[in-house]
Amino acid sequence: MPGSGAAGGEGGAGRRNMGGIKGMADPRGYGIERVAYWLMRLSGLGLLAYFVAHIYETSNILRGRAGWDEMLATTQTTEGHVLLAVVIGMCVFHTANGVRLMLGHGGLGVGRPARPDYPYAPLSQGARHKIGIYSSIVLAAAASMYGLAVMFGEVH
Amino acid sequence: MARRGLAAEAAGTAVSPSRTVTLRISRENPADARGGERGFSVHKVPVEKWTTVLDAILDVKKHIDHSVAVRYSCRQATCGSCGMLINGRPRLACFTKIDELGADTVTVEPMKNFPVVRDLVVGFERLFEAHRGVKPYVVGAGGSGGPPGAAEAAPQTPEELERFVQFSACIKCGLCNSACPTMATDSSFVGPQALAQAYRYVADSRDKGREERLKIIDESHGIWRCHFAGSCSQVCPKGVDPAMGIQLLRGYLLGFRK
Ligand code: SF4
Ligand code: FES
Repeated sequence: MPGSGAAGGEGGAGRRNMGGIKGMADPRGYGIERVAYWLMRLSGLGLLAYFVAHIYETSNILRGRAGWDEMLATTQTTEGHVLLAVVIGMCVFHTANGVRLMLGHGGLGVGRPARPDYPYAPLSQGARHKIGIYSSIVLAAAASMYGLAVMFGEVH
Repeated sequence: MARRGLAAEAAGTAVSPSRTVTLRISRENPADARGGERGFSVHKVPVEKWTTVLDAILDVKKHIDHSVAVRYSCRQATCGSCGMLINGRPRLACFTKIDELGADTVTVEPMKNFPVVRDLVVGFERLFEAHRGVKPYVVGAGGSGGPPGAAEAAPQTPEELERFVQFSACIKCGLCNSACPTMATDSSFVGPQALAQAYRYVADSRDKGREERLKIIDESHGIWRCHFAGSCSQVCPKGVDPAMGIQLLRGYLLGFRK
């Protein structure tokens, strides 16, 4: 192989050098699209955890009225309100960004193939998708804040 | 020094003052009987405005430590040999000027998601296997037996060519596979490089292997593992935009494209 400084061929490859969970979950270095990917995974896991917790919470109705009231009281705390606001944010982001992803996965808004010109800005990472990502984040933040205002009694 | 022979404007061009950067080279030799543990060798290298990361590594190889293992050939972003992590991001060493990194320390490591052969050299068997797996050639009317013969050559309009020519620029450097978050945890994933090539042939009006190719990528470690993070397209040094190819390909599978 011209110019190769490596001893031997590739057959002797050793350490697998996979990025692993750290490589998958690190949102840095690849722009807002990678941050959106990370938020999507995080919010998906968060919503799954909330779903399980919600089933547990509502199952308390089987303990009768007293049991139900007792459970509700634990959610009517500052921590409970903040947690719910986070859930609202996750839900809104996951939905809005999910719509963007579904459209993208169908080949919509990813641009048309064309001879690329240097410096090769990828069309699939164009303004339409960036706007979609930023809007999802803003919507999620706004919904969380509205939720907090309602739960803390600022809005009726 | 006399500037005899230089054109007037060239003679007047200010030569950038050279500076020194710290080059950290990842070192490991899995074949080493002593266990081949990993470390970094650190070197001070002089750089000019035009010095590439590959130039700097070769400087170290020539003057300081000839045992540094690095793979390269064309030195002009054409052969796809010199991919590596440069300050944490997959790039071609021959296509990355140290000046553009804007850092006083340059760290070079083997690309992630590829097995390490030695130092900066990684094994490409999986990449090539996945590439071959998607039948990267125009399938003739006779089926999957191979590329069409001369008798089957079909004319193509410029518009038909435009639909895939961008994807023909792939140099199989593997940067996209290294940046992909799915590849980080799923070594069986077919990967953005091969999927982009699947699109390149599926979109080719001369190709008769579309159904077969779509079937190949429509499996558990196939196209559906892509979550459109887009990192592959951001690191591609040839403007291939694998993320676009993959989403367009999915359009065929979902019936949105004909
Ligand atoms: S698609 Fe781009 S980054 Fe990926 S192997 Fe081809 S040239 Fe390299
Ligand atoms: S040496 Fe050929 S791509 Fe860098």
